[in-house]
Amino acid sequence: MADDSLSRVLYVDLTNHRFWIDDRPDLFEKYLGGSGVAANLLLQECPKSADPLGPENPIIFAVGPLNGVYPLASKTVAMFKSPLTGNLGESHAGGRSSTAIRLAGYGAIVVKGASATPVYLSIQDGNVGFRIASALWGMGNSYTVGRVIREREAGSGLRTMMRIGRAGEKLVSYASVITETYRHFGRLGLGAVFGSKRLKAIVVTGNRSIRVKDPKEYREVYREIFESLTRSSAMKKYHELGTAMNVNVLNESRSLPTRNLQKTFSERAENISGESYSVNYLGRRIACSHCPVSCIHLATLRESYTSDPFFFKTSMISYDYELIYALGSLLEVFSPSGLLKLMDEVEIQGMDAISTGVTLAWATEAQEKGFISEGEIGLKLSWGDVENYLKAIRMIVEQPNDFYQSLAKGVDYASSKYDGRDFALTFGGNEMPGYHTGPAAHIGYLTGARHSHLDNAGYSLDQKALTSKKPIQVEEMVDLLLAEEQWRQVLSSLVICFFARGNYTPEVVLKALSTVGYDLDQEGLRMIGQEILKFKNEFKVREGFRHRSLQIPKRILQTPTPLGNLSEDMLRKGVELYLTKALATART
Amino acid sequence: MSRISVRDTNLCVGCQCCMFACARRFGEAGLERSAISIRSAGGVERGFIVVVCRGCSNPPCMKVCPTDALKARACGGVILDQKNCIGCGNCVDACTLGAIFWDDEKNKPLICVHCGMCVEHCAYDVLKIEPRRDDGI
Repeated sequence: MADDSLSRVLYVDLTNHRFWIDDRPDLFEKYLGGSGVAANLLLQECPKSADPLGPENPIIFAVGPLNGVYPLASKTVAMFKSPLTGNLGESHAGGRSSTAIRLAGYGAIVVKGASATPVYLSIQDGNVGFRIASALWGMGNSYTVGRVIREREAGSGLRTMMRIGRAGEKLVSYASVITETYRHFGRLGLGAVFGSKRLKAIVVTGNRSIRVKDPKEYREVYREIFESLTRSSAMKKYHELGTAMNVNVLNESRSLPTRNLQKTFSERAENISGESYSVNYLGRRIACSHCPVSCIHLATLRESYTSDPFFFKTSMISYDYELIYALGSLLEVFSPSGLLKLMDEVEIQGMDAISTGVTLAWATEAQEKGFISEGEIGLKLSWGDVENYLKAIRMIVEQPNDFYQSLAKGVDYASSKYDGRDFALTFGGNEMPGYHTGPAAHIGYLTGARHSHLDNAGYSLDQKALTSKKPIQVEEMVDLLLAEEQWRQVLSSLVICFFARGNYTPEVVLKALSTVGYDLDQEGLRMIGQEILKFKNEFKVREGFRHRSLQIPKRILQTPTPLGNLSEDMLRKGVELYLTKALATART
Repeated sequence: MSRISVRDTNLCVGCQCCMFACARRFGEAGLERSAISIRSAGGVERGFIVVVCRGCSNPPCMKVCPTDALKARACGGVILDQKNCIGCGNCVDACTLGAIFWDDEKNKPLICVHCGMCVEHCAYDVLKIEPRRDDGI
């Protein structure tokens, strides 16, 4: 490595309010950074069968050799044991997190133990400040927490400010960590792990420089990458309509999960499409640090007060495809302003939008079918009823009774307690992403290390099969999905945003790595990807994950995809093939 | 000769590519030696502030330099003579815009040379480089 600051790992012990730094060139040379280093640290630091909400569960943040060096290397990886699934917790976020951590002089941060009193951490200039956060604990709105910390801490423009809302404090299993504003370590419950440690926020500030091997070569490679990112049409969709462009595409191809996946299409989906939001609500576009794409789309919602109609509040609310799916079509909320209010509430409370939406959709159907009484829910949930969904979100956070305590643990838990398993959209304990495109998407959710659409992008294979009218056989599908998930381990170790995967080809990655002192070849990269994925799956198995006990929601078999009805046998075969291969392949 | 000017901060998405470009002039990655700063106007929902030398015709920083290390640049702004600079930091305090940054390693100010690297890397036309507009103030 040309720069040695990457190999520094900052350890923070919240129990004793102390910190130290370890140098781990072994890890960073072999596994690059990000997911690779975090997976290794998780296996070392998290004791077997640890309570995800106990002090023994570590929180690991890791960046990689290209962060702070090349554009769109703009993400940070968080790893922990997930309170939602009971095994691998991994979530990625942008904002300014990766720039700040890398330029503060760290490759990874490991947070251990639990504080007796609420604290937030202020990390800068080689120091860690343990700041009392009892005044911030219990605050109703995550935006306010950000405002207070912004005023109290130095380093505007050069810092990341990760924080939890009420949902994290109340240990909702799918609570998120908000970074800056509008970006999240959303999935798998990192917010609850923060909450269990009485850790309200982490501020990291840094602006150091990073040495490269050959400045001239660095500038040239930088220019090539920058030009390919700013000129390529691959970025256009993220740039113009943002990820919300998917709404119309998926609706038209009959793969937009609607009404808890009873349907895959609605004539009203157009109201909540990227096109509709950009015409009627788009107020500002922003970007993560070191990303010229600016995919973050903020809607402007102007609401008058009922107490005085001449008073208004104007909120800026970030919208993306996954939020529109989970809180919109899945709940049949087709009012664009109503949907924005739900997105805002999820941001205020600090929850994962996908898990929240899927949970509410299950609860609505369960109530409709009589599995749960109105007495238990305390209100009548009905499709499209924004006001009652807003109330239900707040009750999931406050958990006034057994029913909401169960909802706060996710759909897998709630449906095993109250029945309604057949229409619980959960895969390995994680709530379903918004693509009912065909078998590859679902084999992907079942097999991906995080049970996320981002693990291996099965939806993309389905969409290709649909356009080319050439069905993919399960054996080939598994090979393609697995190769994709393995390659994504390399990208998430560097740590490159997956939106730039078309630009950061193996050739470009090798060239970029060479300027920072890594001498690797394509085969070497491929082996690193394989090995990292194997570590992640090993962690899952160690913590009790068994792919043969994975449940397949009946609902996905009943509702046809654009590629026809799914067969359980085919999905099972795919899972078996995939995980046998994923666990078998390793560096020899 | 030309100088940098800020066309419209409403176009700024806060990507900070200009800051990284500036630091790259020194052949290094990171941000330590950047002479331009982008930060939020009190939260990213409110947009961004661009802090960069505007190339004053009559620069306050130059007036407070005790060693004449800062000389007027033909097209506005100043040029730093590293040899004469004693690192007192008066110029940093004197800049009304806060647009003089600090190089901790050298203990000297970081001053925009109006090279245009930041402009080239702004994908949103927030910045431009233009010939001097002499308003005589």
